[in-house]
Amino acid sequence: MTCQINIVYFSWVKERLGRDQELIVYPAGVETIDDLVGHLKGTDSIYQHVFSDLKKLRFALDQDFVGLEAPLGNSEELAIFPPVTGG
Amino acid sequence: MIKILVRGDDFDAGAEITNLSALGGGAVASFIGQVRGDGELEALELEHYPAMTEKALRKIAEKADEQWALHGVTIIHRIGRLKVGEQIVLACTCSDHRQAAIESCSFIMDQLKTVAPFWKKEIKKDGSESWVEERQSDIDAAKSWND
Repeated sequence: MTCQINIVYFSWVKERLGRDQELIVYPAGVETIDDLVGHLKGTDSIYQHVFSDLKKLRFALDQDFVGLEAPLGNSEELAIFPPVTGG
Repeated sequence: MIKILVRGDDFDAGAEITNLSALGGGAVASFIGQVRGDGELEALELEHYPAMTEKALRKIAEKADEQWALHGVTIIHRIGRLKVGEQIVLACTCSDHRQAAIESCSFIMDQLKTVAPFWKKEIKKDGSESWVEERQSDIDAAKSWND
């Protein structure tokens, strides 16, 4: 069984990947954000480069902040971005 | 009453404060953030996550309203290219008493800096660009409200 999720990127994550969003189809066994990031790193070296230091990244599932360990469940959108700097 | 606006256009802080004051209460507090010039800076480019921004700001406003029993909250945050001296953000709260208005306004700004999905890029006069990094002092300030 495979699943899919739309990933959106912001700030330097978007610039370094050269895209602002993409639909990712992932295999069974990928259950958390951590799993998905690991899966992506195995598909293309650009992800290894941009996601090399996960402490510098933040995540939101369906527009709510979550940690790396969060299960993807039936979420439709994952956002990956650096710490926010508004205000 | 909670009013949230995210837009490129400038805002009239005076008019916003007047509108909020009309809700009653004895105290209105406001904060305006603007682009700080350091000599080298030409402008800031404000990026955001449109699907999430308003939701995140509303959550902050609702938390403030619960904690301080406010008559109203207004949060306006601009996006896009903003030159030195331009207004970026307005947080305004209206309550029965001074302390509630001032504290809730401060709370909103501290939360906004750590959980609202905005990113600032600095554009220098020499044309170079760099993303602003988070500051530990902002993280500590946001956390201090939990203590």
